[in-house]
Amino acid sequence: MLAIFKRELRGYFTGVIGYVFLALFLAVAGAVFCYTTLFSMSADVSSYFTLMLIFCAIMLPILTMKSFSEERKAKTEQLLLTSPVSIPAMVLGKLLASYVIFAAAVVFTSFYFLILTPYATVKLALLLGNIVALLLVGFVFISIGLFVSSLTENQLSAAVGTIGIILGFLAIGIISMLIPDKYWIRYVFDSLSIFTRFSTFTNGYFDLASVVYYLSVGGIFLYLTIRIYDRRRYS
Amino acid sequence: MVKIENLVKRYGTNYALNDISFEIGEGEIVGLLGPNGAGKSTTMNILTGYLSSTSGAAYVNGINILEEPIEAKKYIGFLPEQPPLYPEMTVSEYLNFVYELKGCQLDREAHLAEILAVVRLTDVKDRLIRNLSKGYKQRVGIAQAIVGDPKVIIFDEPTVGLDPKQILEVRNLIRTLGKRHTVILSTHILAEVQAVCERVIIINKGEIIADAKTDEITKTIEDGYRYEVKICGPQKDVLPAIKKLSGVISVEATGARDMDSMTYVIDTASGADVRKPLFALCATNAWPMIGLYPVGTDLESVFIKLVDTSDGKIGVKTKSKRSR
Repeated sequence: MLAIFKRELRGYFTGVIGYVFLALFLAVAGAVFCYTTLFSMSADVSSYFTLMLIFCAIMLPILTMKSFSEERKAKTEQLLLTSPVSIPAMVLGKLLASYVIFAAAVVFTSFYFLILTPYATVKLALLLGNIVALLLVGFVFISIGLFVSSLTENQLSAAVGTIGIILGFLAIGIISMLIPDKYWIRYVFDSLSIFTRFSTFTNGYFDLASVVYYLSVGGIFLYLTIRIYDRRRYS
Repeated sequence: MVKIENLVKRYGTNYALNDISFEIGEGEIVGLLGPNGAGKSTTMNILTGYLSSTSGAAYVNGINILEEPIEAKKYIGFLPEQPPLYPEMTVSEYLNFVYELKGCQLDREAHLAEILAVVRLTDVKDRLIRNLSKGYKQRVGIAQAIVGDPKVIIFDEPTVGLDPKQILEVRNLIRTLGKRHTVILSTHILAEVQAVCERVIIINKGEIIADAKTDEITKTIEDGYRYEVKICGPQKDVLPAIKKLSGVISVEATGARDMDSMTYVIDTASGADVRKPLFALCATNAWPMIGLYPVGTDLESVFIKLVDTSDGKIGVKTKSKRSR
């Protein structure tokens, strides 16, 4: 697993994807930060994180798109699958590599808020809660990305498919807003929505149920990825 | 060392492998011979745990590959049809990765240096795999397979796409490896098996049609030969003279290829070698014989021959044919 993690992480930086992702992430995070705090004379963290969530929905699929599809196309997966490494370990190695890059970017950009401390009070607990929430949502997005990437040989389809599924999850939240409170279906939609659950964090609640929700959704997609590989041997 | 029992692989109603069994002992070099689509790669992919079988079992060093894949895979080095290379890595980075991936416990520096020397890649170890020629890439693929000193090395068509010099090099390398490892290689080139392997298993349409020592197979094939002979001499005299030789079933003049010679195709009876009497005949009549070639040693004729004549004769356990 460690070997795959190391190779994967190195792979991001011998190609362009790692640099492009980090550069774009830092640039957009900087711009969003300026726009939501400095320009609006506010020390509020919630709008920054809400916008970053939407940005991640588009950026993370680019990070994960080649994870499995590239291996499949170049037939290098044959090396991984005939080595004494289990399929879960292989998937975990890939997950960790993408996640480390993403987490590093999130943590690094969160230090931007230190700039505000001389001029305003930044609610540290709220900031930490939001960072954790974004890291959790990132886990879900990356898991979805790995899953879709394991379905296709084409990186572009992997990225587009991933964005599609993520937007579907976000759309559930928008649909729920259109349903009046009195219908029970609204609560089902609400509890399934990545977006609605994220807003509990931006509103300052550390909701344990949401943490479990994110971990489970991510876990389900990782499990599906493993199943895809198991299944392919039998096809 | 390697054992395959009643292996069946079915894709829908199509049998890629239809009840294949064989056993390979330690230190053997075995060739899997067959035309494209015969089931060679499928057999190898099942043996290495890349695919599962519909039924039957494969054992490596006594371990069932499907039940304990991780344990079994520790004993296997595999070069797939297309070498699994990461173009953005250098040769030595790649081999280090494979070393870690396989969880080897050897002295890394010494082991990798030895492998680089064996496959003669030391000069290019710091070059990107992307920039290597086909022959070098193939050698990196072979190097990858022997990292960790596995007991069983499996090569799927190791010489495809190489130039003649590289083919010879790879064959020599495989022979060297065969001294310390059990080697299984697949190919559709008959000469390759004859050059490298001690034993050959011939597969056609998912079934084993022959399993024997290479020289036995060669003998079977050469038995009852057809020859093409070029003789300079008057056709009206040569043709009846050849016909009279013992062992000749039929002879036919197929046409003049150059100036004054004529090509004859001679079919001989099984067990008869007409080459010496033929030469003597030409010598006494002062008809220069300028060529003598065996015909029908290409894979296709070999199959026709084996399917026609052997049917259980050369090393294959006869079994009831499965209905498809």
